[in-house]
Amino acid sequence: MVHAFLIHTLSGSGQATGDATFCRVLYSQVFGSERLPDEPGPRGPERDRLLRKEQLLAVARQAETACKLLQQASGRPPTDLLPQSSDEPIPLQDAPSGVFRLRPGDPFQEAKVVVWLRLLSLGCALVCEPHENLLLAESTLRLLTRLLLEHLKLLSSGSNVLLRGDRIEAILNHFLPQGQLLFLNDQFVQALEKELSTSLAR
Amino acid sequence: MGLRVFRLVSGRGGRVFKPATGCSPRERRASSAKRGAGLGIAPREIQDQELKKFCLRITGLLQKEDLGNETIDCLQRLFLIVSATKYYRKLEKKFVELLLSAMYFPKSPEQVQVLCAAILREISPSEDLTLFYDHIQNTKLLSLMSSVLLAQGNKRDEVRDVGLRVTKILESRQPEGQSLRYLLPVLSKVITLSPKVLKEDQINLLNKRLIDWLRYASIQQGVAQISGGFFSNPRARQPGPITEVDGAVATDFFTVLSVGQHYTEDQWLNMQAFSMLRKWLLYSGNDGTETPDSDDKSELEGSIMSMVSATSTSSRLLPPKERLRENAFEYCQRLIEQSNRRALKKPDCELQKACLVEAVIILDLLCRQDSSFMYRTLSCLKTLHGRLCGDLAYVQALLPVAQFFLNHSEAAAVDSEAVYQHLFTNIPSELFYNSMLAFEFIQFCRDNIHFFNGNLSIFKSSFPNLFKFLAWNSASLISEFVDILPVFIDASTAIEMLHVLLDLPCLTAALDLYLRSSFPTAEKPLWDPSLKPTSCLDGVRDPYHQALFQYLLRPKAKGFIKGLAPLHELLKPMAGCARVIQCAETVPILIQLFFTVVTEFADGTLINQLAVLLLGRSGLLFDVPQFKAAVHREMSSQLLVLCKLHPSLVVELSKELLEFTGTIRNIHSKENIFTHVVWAIGEYLSVLYDRRCTVELINKFFETLEALLFEITQFRPSATLPKCCPRVITVLMTTLTKLASRSQDLIPRVSLFLSKMRSFAQSPAMTSVYSEEDTETILTRATELMNLLKMPSVAQFVLTPSVEVSNPRYHLDTNTSLPLALQMASRLVEKEASLLSW
Repeated sequence: MVHAFLIHTLSGSGQATGDATFCRVLYSQVFGSERLPDEPGPRGPERDRLLRKEQLLAVARQAETACKLLQQASGRPPTDLLPQSSDEPIPLQDAPSGVFRLRPGDPFQEAKVVVWLRLLSLGCALVCEPHENLLLAESTLRLLTRLLLEHLKLLSSGSNVLLRGDRIEAILNHFLPQGQLLFLNDQFVQALEKELSTSLAR
Repeated sequence: MGLRVFRLVSGRGGRVFKPATGCSPRERRASSAKRGAGLGIAPREIQDQELKKFCLRITGLLQKEDLGNETIDCLQRLFLIVSATKYYRKLEKKFVELLLSAMYFPKSPEQVQVLCAAILREISPSEDLTLFYDHIQNTKLLSLMSSVLLAQGNKRDEVRDVGLRVTKILESRQPEGQSLRYLLPVLSKVITLSPKVLKEDQINLLNKRLIDWLRYASIQQGVAQISGGFFSNPRARQPGPITEVDGAVATDFFTVLSVGQHYTEDQWLNMQAFSMLRKWLLYSGNDGTETPDSDDKSELEGSIMSMVSATSTSSRLLPPKERLRENAFEYCQRLIEQSNRRALKKPDCELQKACLVEAVIILDLLCRQDSSFMYRTLSCLKTLHGRLCGDLAYVQALLPVAQFFLNHSEAAAVDSEAVYQHLFTNIPSELFYNSMLAFEFIQFCRDNIHFFNGNLSIFKSSFPNLFKFLAWNSASLISEFVDILPVFIDASTAIEMLHVLLDLPCLTAALDLYLRSSFPTAEKPLWDPSLKPTSCLDGVRDPYHQALFQYLLRPKAKGFIKGLAPLHELLKPMAGCARVIQCAETVPILIQLFFTVVTEFADGTLINQLAVLLLGRSGLLFDVPQFKAAVHREMSSQLLVLCKLHPSLVVELSKELLEFTGTIRNIHSKENIFTHVVWAIGEYLSVLYDRRCTVELINKFFETLEALLFEITQFRPSATLPKCCPRVITVLMTTLTKLASRSQDLIPRVSLFLSKMRSFAQSPAMTSVYSEEDTETILTRATELMNLLKMPSVAQFVLTPSVEVSNPRYHLDTNTSLPLALQMASRLVEKEASLLSW
């Protein structure tokens, strides 16, 4: 089961995604709220919501660091990863990706495993439960990223990720319903893509 | 519930929000500037008042039942406004209700429903939210609403409500035209969030449904749902049989690896059911309510399908939970068989790997829940292991296979040494660069520490191999490795382990070369392509270096060989490589951890060995920028820890220490360590700590250190020796004084020496090298020590306090307690500050 999905900016790559120094979560969905501990003191809905947002930002920042370190280790200059032209297909298979663990309590109550993927100046991440099938999580993340690219024109200059929340939601509802990773063979993927296109075309 | 129930005043064309996406600082500044003009505003900066107006506008649109583009556009913007900030956006209760009814409204396009749900989820947890969904038959909508409810934090038992509603629909006859497949993920989420939602009879019923979906899905393809109009050819839509991933006609039941042009409803459910199977088995198998002889009356009516098509009569008589396990077992076996087929499409090939991993994990789980599966699973997984050993493509599945053997080989009384042997010997050496595998491998080790702590020698002896994962993926694995490192450390491995840690960056460089020489023509090189270490590649081929290289890349612990220095020299061109530097940065952390663990059990002999190793290796480190300094810092503090733990070390290793301190080069190349060693000699070379500490020994050390201090202070400055830090001089002086206080014949010598310091410090050659502050420090210390030595008994008390005196230190930092004592003593001695005046 996936706990959350997020799209965030990657600073350092400079591009038009926003402030060069801040990592920003552009979109996030938490699938079912985490069980919170019974701690003393007042805790209103506002605080719960703030906590949830901060948790996701913490994940985004860690993913960003992991991504930077990986890129550094590869010895390739960051310019390698900047978008060429928006028409050029992006080799998703080669997109840098990785996985790291979040210890219990930091930032989530329970331990989680984060699978991340870098798409030029954007990062996508799945926050999974520990012992999730990581092969499946990784291929699901690649599938989601491909669909986001196709349906949101994620990286082309005129695209507005922030205003296409409904499209992202629709993609997730089809391919990651309630955060459930699905064992989809290619025919299932095609069938779901057809359904998705129909629902987006309306 | 219609939209017209709400009679809110409709907004009068609120302003158009144009969120500045990307929000660069400049854009944000610009947008704030324009706020007065009301043109474009960043979503985070919208004020409550403006938000209210905007909501009024949406209210107007929704009340008119205008669900067209303008509404969608507004809802998209509203979603952005509420989601872009981490702070709470207050939406009016009535507005929230309006959004809810727009979601329920049968005529709402899916896009509107999705957006309303997303907005409601974003503002959750919300106290204004009351959802009525008992009447809702639309499963897609129910799934959407569940996502809103499950985001509420379960304050009002929402998870339970959702669970019961979904279970009720899954139990009952399927609503006309509705697909249950939207509900299974909801169920899966519910049991994740709240383990005690379902009752036993509900679990039993769901067990039966899962059996139907898993085992008895149609093996004919579905019919295309696109209506072909007048021209559709009924014959063309004749469904064919399901095929395997390699195109062959399926011979057995449907699984996620079965391929068809179109899928039927039960085939979709089959896929969904398998996706949640592991979760469900864990959930339903671990409830404490299990009563083996419970009389399940509803069993005969729940599952007609399985009654009709059940092949095995014996399994039919089992209770549903056992029957589901039986079916899960068959499903997994079929997946293992199917994953051996050659997939026509690449994505299917990837899926085969994921399925294989899942199948093995489920088999392991089944065996843990019911040992009667053991023997069937055992033979199946033995065959699988044989297959996997020859095919690196499926390497990830080796870990769950090994996990199975770890969990069960004892109970099944089988020897699984070969499984571990293959896993720990071959895999890290060949696939250290696969970061996902590396992560899973280390996770696997961490999860099984309790097994390895027992008598699995193969694990412990494989540590040089496992370090390859770390050497290559140091940035991502260091935090994982910290958890498993302590397991490897015992008296027999400590020495080799410390060498391995110190050689870690060198190992990274060696692995890089290994990849370069193994895959010289790789299309997508795994190494840094900007670096061209031709000399290294040539050097590695010659037999002398080859042997060292092989040693460095050894898969198993085999003791330490001396003389990796030539390899350091050879690999020097690689030292600046980013991956090597990243790895070098982790070494001090690991050394610190190593000593924390080792000092818990180390005896005197081992401590001596470690100290000698540190002294020896301090000069034999791979030349990575900043690596030496960082490691020296760590070594220095660890040397002190060792001395404190085993003060006799100074006596027992007197030969080595004399040699180390007698080498003037060490002052400059290893200043940090040198200073610490000299301090340790002064502190611990005393009969208080070891009866074997003779006057002769003290004199010997004294002479060596005196000669050294003489050399650096009297022959200065010289072009051959660079300036040495004033701290070295003060520590040397202090140590000499300490030694003299213990062998009082030496006091005149050291006093004379100290008195000469003034003339030394004032010589023009010195003043050119040392700043005034430095000179001042040296002279103050010399004066203090001289004054102290005027009263030998006080000097001995201050400089070599007995254990009773020194133990209750008045502050925690033991290193600064000496200056404190000195300060106090010098005040007493100098008589400048008269005691009476206090």
